[in-house]
Amino acid sequence: MSDNQFRICPESGLQFHKPAEMLMRAHAVVAVVILLIGGIAALLVTLTRWPAIHLLPADRFYQLLTMHGTNMLIFWMISFEIAVLYFCSSTLLRCRLATPRIAWLGFALMLIGIIVNNAAVASGTASVMMTSYVPMPANPNFYLGLILFAVGALIGCFVFLATLVVAKDEKTYEGSIPLVTFGALTACIIAVFTIASGAIVLIPTWLWSLGYINHIDAAMYRIVWWALGHSSQQINVAAHVAVWYAIAAIVFGARPLSEKVSRVAFFLYIAFLQLASAHHLLVDPGLSAEWKIFNTSYAMYLAVLASMVHGLTVPGSIEVAQRAKGLTNGLFEWLRKAPWGNPIFSGMFISLIGFGFIGGISGVVMGTEQINIIIHNTIYVPGHFHATVVIGSTLAFMSLTYFLIPTLFRKQVAFPGLAKWQPYLFGIGMSSFTLAMMGAGTLGVERRHWDMAFTNSALGFEYPASAFTLMGIMGISGVVAILGGAIFILVTVVSVFFGKSVESESSYGISATRLMRADPVVVPEGGHGAAGKWGFAAPGTFVLALFFLAIFVLYYAVNWKYLASVWPMS
Amino acid sequence: MSEETTNSGEPVRVPFMQRVLDNPFILLFIGIVFPTLFYIIWGIMEIVNIPIAP
Repeated sequence: MSDNQFRICPESGLQFHKPAEMLMRAHAVVAVVILLIGGIAALLVTLTRWPAIHLLPADRFYQLLTMHGTNMLIFWMISFEIAVLYFCSSTLLRCRLATPRIAWLGFALMLIGIIVNNAAVASGTASVMMTSYVPMPANPNFYLGLILFAVGALIGCFVFLATLVVAKDEKTYEGSIPLVTFGALTACIIAVFTIASGAIVLIPTWLWSLGYINHIDAAMYRIVWWALGHSSQQINVAAHVAVWYAIAAIVFGARPLSEKVSRVAFFLYIAFLQLASAHHLLVDPGLSAEWKIFNTSYAMYLAVLASMVHGLTVPGSIEVAQRAKGLTNGLFEWLRKAPWGNPIFSGMFISLIGFGFIGGISGVVMGTEQINIIIHNTIYVPGHFHATVVIGSTLAFMSLTYFLIPTLFRKQVAFPGLAKWQPYLFGIGMSSFTLAMMGAGTLGVERRHWDMAFTNSALGFEYPASAFTLMGIMGISGVVAILGGAIFILVTVVSVFFGKSVESESSYGISATRLMRADPVVVPEGGHGAAGKWGFAAPGTFVLALFFLAIFVLYYAVNWKYLASVWPMS
Repeated sequence: MSEETTNSGEPVRVPFMQRVLDNPFILLFIGIVFPTLFYIIWGIMEIVNIPIAP
């Protein structure tokens, strides 16, 4: 392998293998284009569910909701994640990417799949929403597009695994793979299960849509489809947690509090995270309480424990790094003096808080069989997953993009002032959006419903005025968040296609918040705890964790109390 | 391999859990078998066992 296949980024020190670099760029560009399409659909859907506007007619609403869901939850996320897999293997392990040609084949299949699927939805013959529950039929190309995309993504996963083998064989690292790469491996493993499940369910459904198979059992379909539909969001969780660790290292030079504990937490994801798919089936007949409870409790909450470990160790490692640099006053000087003007950090931290406090807590509540019935199939559910997938994953990926623009694309970040405010606009708008959805869902407002006022409906229902108010807040907050997303796309597209090249070490474009990598923090004599307080290595994080726990317990208890009021026992 | 060598050439036993975590293909096996067994196969068995309506 000739050396001219590699370049070293002068600012970050990262080594890029050229074929891998081109593949990362291609996947990232396609991902951002999909984000744009999904974002336009999001705006139109939001303006329809905002009762005061109620923009679209019913058929157009369901068509755009399908386009929004499939593009955002499948195509945007997985396209970006394949770029992350190549970055975490070839770049972080400083090795060549295995089989670039096959990787390009995977990319081509993914791209063709995206086009075929979107064309089917745009034709108006596949408004079946992302779930595409049988026996509701869609244009066969809807399924075919998803199948092609899945095969392409599966190829990407195996190229990632092969690259790990190459790195080990060529001894480009010693000992275990880095923690960030281990997180990417976790995402890859969940992706393999997810995509295989997708193939199992979508290939027969495609044949059914063509008339080669007579019948698909609806209950069977739902079980296997959710192994695709929900597990695909667990790929995002593993990937964005890996991104959190990467950003903590990039911005602060932070090292995990305990690599062993963090690795075991990722291992718990590998074994148990996918089981949560069952919470979509909690009111399905035919499935036993044992199956539901075992699976929706993520095998007795071991995967939730893993998320809490990551939620503690990522800010904990940042606190330790900040304290080692002398920011030791009080509990939160390390956090107050963090680089809040740097979108890489601010986006990542808002992602972490939003994912934990909103997405995580609501997810556990939804996964409890008894209290799930309060909010099952209401707009609370998209409220929950917008907190996990949009605040958690999308915002983390946006933060990473601000690092990749100068390092991977060798461009300055355009509109640095806008980039600085973008994570706040997007994160706070989306937090308000999700909380309003969850509030409306608790009042019974349905998900996927075109008109909550049931205008001219034979079987109408009158929601309380507060439900309409909450849906109005959702609409306003959604528009704010979409504006934040539009700024991200503007900054990214202008930077990558029209931006100035990065020519020197100081030309990152955001002069006030240099985007270069921090040097690894040297652990002080006496270990991590030496710079802490009261015997704790990260006392501020410990207090934040206790606050989180208190909110968690309170919210959980309130839901049981609410269940008692809506389901009176005599 | 269950053993690695130190700089001085002495063999060091690698703990079992670390060997598991260092092997991506064992992890891949676990990550596919667990959800396939507990979620898909168990779930499908329950659906299959629903009696057909007369």
